[in-house]
Amino acid sequence: MSAVAERRPDAEPESVHRLTEHWGEAPTLRSWFSTVDHKRIGRRYLVTAAVFFTLAGISALALRAQLARPEARLLSPQEYNQLFTMHGTAMIFLFATPMLFGFGNFLLPLMLGSRDMAFPRLNAFGYWVFLFAGVVMWASLPAGAAPNGGWFAYVPLTEREHTPGAHLDVYTLGLLFLGISTTAGAINFIVTALKLRAPGMSLNRVPLFVWAMVATSFMVLFALPALNLANALLFLDRRFGTHFYDPGAGGSVLLWQHLFWIFGHPDVYIIVLPALGIVSAIVPTFSRRGIAAYPLVVLSLVAIAIISFGVWVHHMFATGLPQLSLSFFSAASTVITIPSGIQMFAWLATMLLGRVVLRVPLLFVIGFIVTFVIGGVTGAMFAITAFDRQVTDSYFVVAHFHYVLFGGAVFPILAGLYYWLPKFTGRLFSERLARWAFWLILVGMNVTFFPMHLSGLLGMPRRVYTYPAGLDWDPWMALSTVGSYLLAVGLLLVLVGIGHALRRGPVAPADPWGGDTLEWTTASPPRPYNFAVVPEVFSLHPGWDERTRASIADGATGERILADGRRTPLTSELDGRYERPAEMPEQSVRPLLAAVGLLVAVVALLFGWYPVAGAGALLLAVTLAAWLWPALPGATEARVAR
Amino acid sequence: MTEALIASPDGGATGPAALATELPRGRSPGWWGMLLFVTTEATLFAVLLGSYFYLRFQAAAQWPPPRTGPPELTLPLVMTALLLPSSLPVIWAEHGIRRGQRWRLRLGLALTLLLGLAFVGLLLMEYDEKLASLTVTTDTYGSLFYVVTGFHGLHVTVGLLMLAWLLAASTGGRLDARRHEPVRLVAMYWHFVGAVWVAVLFTVYLSPRL
Repeated sequence: MSAVAERRPDAEPESVHRLTEHWGEAPTLRSWFSTVDHKRIGRRYLVTAAVFFTLAGISALALRAQLARPEARLLSPQEYNQLFTMHGTAMIFLFATPMLFGFGNFLLPLMLGSRDMAFPRLNAFGYWVFLFAGVVMWASLPAGAAPNGGWFAYVPLTEREHTPGAHLDVYTLGLLFLGISTTAGAINFIVTALKLRAPGMSLNRVPLFVWAMVATSFMVLFALPALNLANALLFLDRRFGTHFYDPGAGGSVLLWQHLFWIFGHPDVYIIVLPALGIVSAIVPTFSRRGIAAYPLVVLSLVAIAIISFGVWVHHMFATGLPQLSLSFFSAASTVITIPSGIQMFAWLATMLLGRVVLRVPLLFVIGFIVTFVIGGVTGAMFAITAFDRQVTDSYFVVAHFHYVLFGGAVFPILAGLYYWLPKFTGRLFSERLARWAFWLILVGMNVTFFPMHLSGLLGMPRRVYTYPAGLDWDPWMALSTVGSYLLAVGLLLVLVGIGHALRRGPVAPADPWGGDTLEWTTASPPRPYNFAVVPEVFSLHPGWDERTRASIADGATGERILADGRRTPLTSELDGRYERPAEMPEQSVRPLLAAVGLLVAVVALLFGWYPVAGAGALLLAVTLAAWLWPALPGATEARVAR
Repeated sequence: MTEALIASPDGGATGPAALATELPRGRSPGWWGMLLFVTTEATLFAVLLGSYFYLRFQAAAQWPPPRTGPPELTLPLVMTALLLPSSLPVIWAEHGIRRGQRWRLRLGLALTLLLGLAFVGLLLMEYDEKLASLTVTTDTYGSLFYVVTGFHGLHVTVGLLMLAWLLAASTGGRLDARRHEPVRLVAMYWHFVGAVWVAVLFTVYLSPRL
């Protein structure tokens, strides 16, 4: 990316020159390690998560090859266990959430009209931690020590006496490590959305994608501690002989299930809510009108975030809990379909009332709506305890959550990828290739996962590495495998399409779609400082609003140019009134150093080298101390006045 | 005002907007960040103490197990008397630095640091005494006792590191009447550590006697 800004007609050339000087990054190796630019970090999240998605997808193809026919011997049971566990764990933890956090990182400041996230260095730290955690977990696979207890790792199977070896230590430590990144990201999103909105963007003018990221982040802050605790206790049980999950000494195996699902069910929405936010960003653009029932959609996002904490026991209907608690959680699981339904009708109403332009992103959104509704229907069936007990741990469940997660997360992610690709890369993509990809993915996805409903109803249990012939499962299993390879070809076409766009794609204009949010009012890809003039927002649809567009054109006041230093305005939490300019930190390698300290500590804990773990923690502490060290008075003023 | 900002970079440094950069007008991003961090940490403790009660009420037999007996109260009450009031000097210090009185900042931080160190010392004393009869591997009660109190002790230790860092950072005029946000944030964390102790005290030491 060129560090030299073109002269733009909509700002004082002199201030643009100074902004470039303060925000631009030289294309050196050092800046690659020290960048705090949310756009570079966001793109890295997207690429890294896509790599983990590819690895998890290849694992799934291996599983499907093994299950294509009965009594296959392609994979050993041990290999199968590790592959299906890594497939699930990586898809949930290393792909879905980080991918959506990547969208959030790139888009939140742009949609809010800010120049960076609230804590840019914490943002960089979060990325490095995510990368290292993912690498540690994937590296265990070739070493034959990958997690092998399923993505929810139920005790007592995962206790040391039943699963010796490093497998589950990789799982517990890897997820604890990753949790630091997710928590840091969540705090950053909330504070950015509270304090760094452009002047005039009161809460009722905040784009729905931002609302979704904020609701998600709050869920992360309240749900992730349960997973972290569950993993910490399991690690202590396995390594130091504590008895939290050991009924023989007064512990409880159900404690794991409660803790895991207190996290796990909100996590389904942690994955789905940002994806719904992407849908809410795309539908209005291609319906050529604002979203219908904006306040209701916001309320349903918040309602989902809250109710999702009251449904976890529906994962445990078959564990022998008291009848009364089953009724409560059954009711809550039914109620939560209402806010999801409201959003569904809001999108349909928007399309119905608008003028639909069927471009590729909208195509994927429609794929999402169809698939997600099918997944929702089977989901409503599970809320009925009696039905749930019949199909629990069968392929019916596998079919259900793949419809929900592939439909609810992968389709919106692909829609978002195509929608914002011009903004991410500055290039336009080939629509024809993308349409081919869409149809292959839609057909492949349904051919893969629909037959699993049937094999599940026919009694096929999940997580078996093979099965005997003659149980009526063979044709459905074979069909699923064919579908999965079709799906893989479709996803490969997406990759080809992106590569093609990067190499041969025409240069993208600032606003190729006619979008209504602020990211379309700036260049593609945006300059390092995002906005030469921070916009003043007058409506929910700033991109379609003449006054907001005029506010960045000319006659802007100095308090929205802020070209003296790395600065962006802070505004009030509710009304978005201008408060004061904030001094943003410059690039730094300390986030990387701190993450390396953590990496050393985690790897050392894994191998039981406790003094080395101490050294890693020390590196982390010293780096943090230097990172947060207050500047001497005058330093800020000196930099500003430079 | 704004004319001057555009006109010359130097004017920007002395303009009202630039002068305001360190004055906390409204809530700062740092304040929100610390609030959210403390919230998620508090959730972690809530889940941990919830697990304590879950395991306790799942256990059919007497709690704590007969061979251990209910925990001694004297030492934990002394520890409470050290940790809860230790929030006061740090509040006093914060008010001091807001008026530019650096001696109050240093004295207050040092006092809190001493009280916190005494707390950790007494916790280690208690461990030393108890380890003869109860360890983390004895039974679930032992695991819970040490992990709950140890996890809180770890948080106190992190708080002490923050206080020591702040004390070191208060030299050279880095903190003064206009720039004292780190004091506010560390104080928030320290108050949180004290508040959690009340919950730990109730759960681990008082509730077995109810």
